[in-house]
Amino acid sequence: MTSAPADSATTGSPASGASEDLLVVTDLQKHFPIRRGLLQRQVGAVQAVDGMSFTVRRGETLSLVGESGCGKTTTGRMLTRLIEPTGGTILFEGRDITHLSAGRMRPLRRDVQMIFQDPYGSLNPRHTVGTIVGAPFRLQDVKTEHGTKRTVQELLELVGLSPEHYNRYPHEFSGGQRQRIGIARALALKPKLIVADEPVSALDVSIQAQVINLLEDLQDELGLTYVTIAHDLSVVRHMSDRVAVMYLGKMVEIADRTPLYERPMHPYTVALMSAVPIPDTGRRTKRDRIRLVGDVPSPVNPPPACRFHTRCWKAQEICRTVEPPLAELAPGHRVACHFPENLTDLPVPVARTNGPGEPQD
Amino acid sequence: MTTNTAPQVGDPAVRPGIEGFLQVKDLRVHFPTDDGVVKSVDGLSFNLERGETLGIVGESGSGKSVTSLSIMGLHAPGTARISGQVVLKGDKLIGASPEHVRRLRGKNMAMIFQDPLSAMHPFYTVGHQIIEAYRVHNNVSKKVARKHAVDMLERVGIPQPDQRVDEYPHQFSGGMRQRAMIAMALSCDPELLIADEPTTALDVTVQAQILDLIRDLQQEFNSAVIIITHDLGVVAELADDILVMYAGRAVEYATAHEIFTAPQHPYTWGLLGSMPRLDRERTERLKPIQGTPPSLINVPSGCPFHPRCTYAQLTGGASETDRPDFVEISDRHFLACHLPTQDRRRVWETDIKPSL
Repeated sequence: MTSAPADSATTGSPASGASEDLLVVTDLQKHFPIRRGLLQRQVGAVQAVDGMSFTVRRGETLSLVGESGCGKTTTGRMLTRLIEPTGGTILFEGRDITHLSAGRMRPLRRDVQMIFQDPYGSLNPRHTVGTIVGAPFRLQDVKTEHGTKRTVQELLELVGLSPEHYNRYPHEFSGGQRQRIGIARALALKPKLIVADEPVSALDVSIQAQVINLLEDLQDELGLTYVTIAHDLSVVRHMSDRVAVMYLGKMVEIADRTPLYERPMHPYTVALMSAVPIPDTGRRTKRDRIRLVGDVPSPVNPPPACRFHTRCWKAQEICRTVEPPLAELAPGHRVACHFPENLTDLPVPVARTNGPGEPQD
Repeated sequence: MTTNTAPQVGDPAVRPGIEGFLQVKDLRVHFPTDDGVVKSVDGLSFNLERGETLGIVGESGSGKSVTSLSIMGLHAPGTARISGQVVLKGDKLIGASPEHVRRLRGKNMAMIFQDPLSAMHPFYTVGHQIIEAYRVHNNVSKKVARKHAVDMLERVGIPQPDQRVDEYPHQFSGGMRQRAMIAMALSCDPELLIADEPTTALDVTVQAQILDLIRDLQQEFNSAVIIITHDLGVVAELADDILVMYAGRAVEYATAHEIFTAPQHPYTWGLLGSMPRLDRERTERLKPIQGTPPSLINVPSGCPFHPRCTYAQLTGGASETDRPDFVEISDRHFLACHLPTQDRRRVWETDIKPSL
């Protein structure tokens, strides 16, 4: 598992048609209208996602991280076209799928699948495992060589369940096993892209590791491309080739895994990393945490210019007036900040030590 | 802290010569169901002093939350069969009248729940709920109690507390609700605070704020804190001692430092090995614990961990038949494992330590 070459991450405004890019997203937006009153007139909008641009290369894992309400799930749902974007474009293998109708989208559903967060809510309790995992074949009218049942049983084996589970119901399984059923369903039609929304956050630690390993094995075996949505930064570091950090509907930083974790540049990323509790008691006193004050502002009325300025310790006048562009400050490392951290070449492990100019509580 | 150096069968509750602030001895909580008896907690003992923090870790279904609910006396009457002893400052809680325990709740012991949205009443303002708790235990006027509620909200870092006190829980964000619940729990200066997954529902940045808050408040009030979580990072931040639970039993108990630097139980090894860590080099593969947590109706015989244990065959079959005793293997380090000492030391040095 190597991270993809750094130079191809440089596509600031993504060039379409490059065969390496499976997914090209440009200026993606989703505003949910707020309606009030007798006439249900629109009085505002929740700017859930507001201008995301990125590419996903074949065979890589791109993770979207951020706090709740930052728009990462909305982005994932737009990529799978479960909801329709209000602006921007999504190119899948060079084809514009931004506003495809449900009927035109259906053939593409073979190639784009989703794994859901909640292994309890995402499986129909009245259907057997066989029906659930076999549903994609039925819906897409796909005939397999030895019949659907045989294929489903092979899929169950692939994800580490036993073929005898075919006639059982979801309630007979544990959380980790249910998540495997969801994964088998997503894999049924051999998709090219899988969007996994918090695939392991509902599972116990010991089971989490099993599912993460399974996802990695399947990626190697079947050449899958993942877009993972997660909030656990240590899990993200383990799974991803590239990581995009989101804040209030905007992408604030995107980079390959190693540079992002060793030299995060956006103050928000730095704060996120320093907030992760480290299971090491010796570190308790040595580590000064950057305390972000307050809560994430409402996406109905996001702060002007740089959206992070209300909580940022480096904020200056310019942050309140001029929106920082997502600029490439190092090869493959794009950051939207006027005063980025770690601009030197020295590898400073920021998760552990404090740079100058950070508050000491 | 002085203890006998000779290994003794027993439990951390038996610390010679010390009258613990909170003593839990051989606690058993069983729920009879149609399918059989669910043994949620099966013989748990520990001891806690004021000013100390105990972290209880384990997977879902290991009995962590059931333990805390039985200490607080919050199991609905008739559902659970509880035996054993819970002694708070010499006061026996199990078997005491519900009215007696009710008077202790809030004043002597308080609890922070995982999900603040369902733990707070949606119909009453946040202030009303804090005032109510305060007036139950203190004979003061509404005005004084309200002032106290505002003070508490300010103490936990809620902006404009004098206005926020009249708002409803749904008007608070997740982090603020958790703060409000902490304010409620602390409003009567409890001596024992139990926090059941206090940060699981929160984002990391907010989680960091809440953990700092719990730590600061503990120092201020010198209370005893039990923090229950599945996140080893969180206990490493807060706890002095850590109790690892599996299938309703304690499998390892030691200082936090010892648990992270020299754990002895294969389950603790598995837990530490299966989580990706930010403070280590990234490894190619995680090492999960094989299998799944056991059913609490049919707990495996002998050591409940043996079906998932990589080293079970080293015990000569003992792990399948005999329940291991919870013994003190070194100063304040308790362990329930059949592995012979030499084998355990060898496995730790060769297999586990290099990869942690």
